[in-house]
Amino acid sequence: MKNPLVVVGLVLSLVLAGGLSYYASSEPDGFEKSAGEIGFLDTAEDSPLADSPLAEYGVAGVENERLSGGLAGVIGVASTAAISFGIFYTLRRFNKSRS
Amino acid sequence: MHIPDGFIDIPTSAAFAAVAAVGVAASLKGAAKSLDEKTAPLAGLTATFIFAVQMINFPVAAGTSGHLFGSVLAAVLVGPYVATLALSVVLLLQALLFADGGLTAAGLNVFNLSLVGVWVGYGAFLLVKKILPKNKPSITTAATIAGFISVPAAVMGFVLQYAIGANSTFSVTAVFAGMMSAHVLIGVGEAVITAFSVTAVMASRPDLVYGYRGTKAQLEIRKA
Repeated sequence: MKNPLVVVGLVLSLVLAGGLSYYASSEPDGFEKSAGEIGFLDTAEDSPLADSPLAEYGVAGVENERLSGGLAGVIGVASTAAISFGIFYTLRRFNKSRS
Repeated sequence: MHIPDGFIDIPTSAAFAAVAAVGVAASLKGAAKSLDEKTAPLAGLTATFIFAVQMINFPVAAGTSGHLFGSVLAAVLVGPYVATLALSVVLLLQALLFADGGLTAAGLNVFNLSLVGVWVGYGAFLLVKKILPKNKPSITTAATIAGFISVPAAVMGFVLQYAIGANSTFSVTAVFAGMMSAHVLIGVGEAVITAFSVTAVMASRPDLVYGYRGTKAQLEIRKA
């Protein structure tokens, strides 16, 4: 990859999702908090995927919280990168064939 | 702001999923025209970076947190069509891999963040950019203000969905007031993260920034 910005950005993403996410606030976000205060939070249903191996940003079976969350973050970054780079490089080819 | 299953009824969720699908399909066309060898990697990075930063919930008030939406950050860096796709990839992966956000609610979330957040946010960016001097700092300023605006805009999307098809019966006014007040500080966080990120890319590769390239093109037309 020729662009240093992309390399630095991807490494930063890995550090954020794989390491720094451990220190993220675990309080409910404003949306969930507000839904609770207004009163409709209890209408939420579990996602059909709530028992999947990576649910809630942890890796099932990994006891250590830091490791579990960090691994989930790294898997998420790798998956997002693989899919988005795949889509955008494919779309770029459409552009090339048109011009 | 990841809507779980259950808040909004199935017919309403399905209708918004259909609208979201049309928006994503249109964006595939638009994105194909704007992506080239240089911008495709930045587009992939933008989606990946937004996923990573969305994992970092920041505290906003006692017992409450918030995280980046990323709609305006993406729209300014890679253009609104690509941004719609980038946000949709992030939202769908979060729902499918991490059970973050519901499955029947996926269309609601894509509508709010990938369509409303991106396009209202990008519109706000263009408006603010228009009244500011035509220089680099204005890009960051406009992105920052638009980043803030995109948060209540996306929240309005949810309020609309609630008004049409909620599974609970609280007044829309109460939902509007509660949701808006909960998201003011999250909007400030959005503005700060958008400002830092756009500044970093503008400092290193301004030639890749979609929202800035537009400015240069306009200037060239006037000169001619």
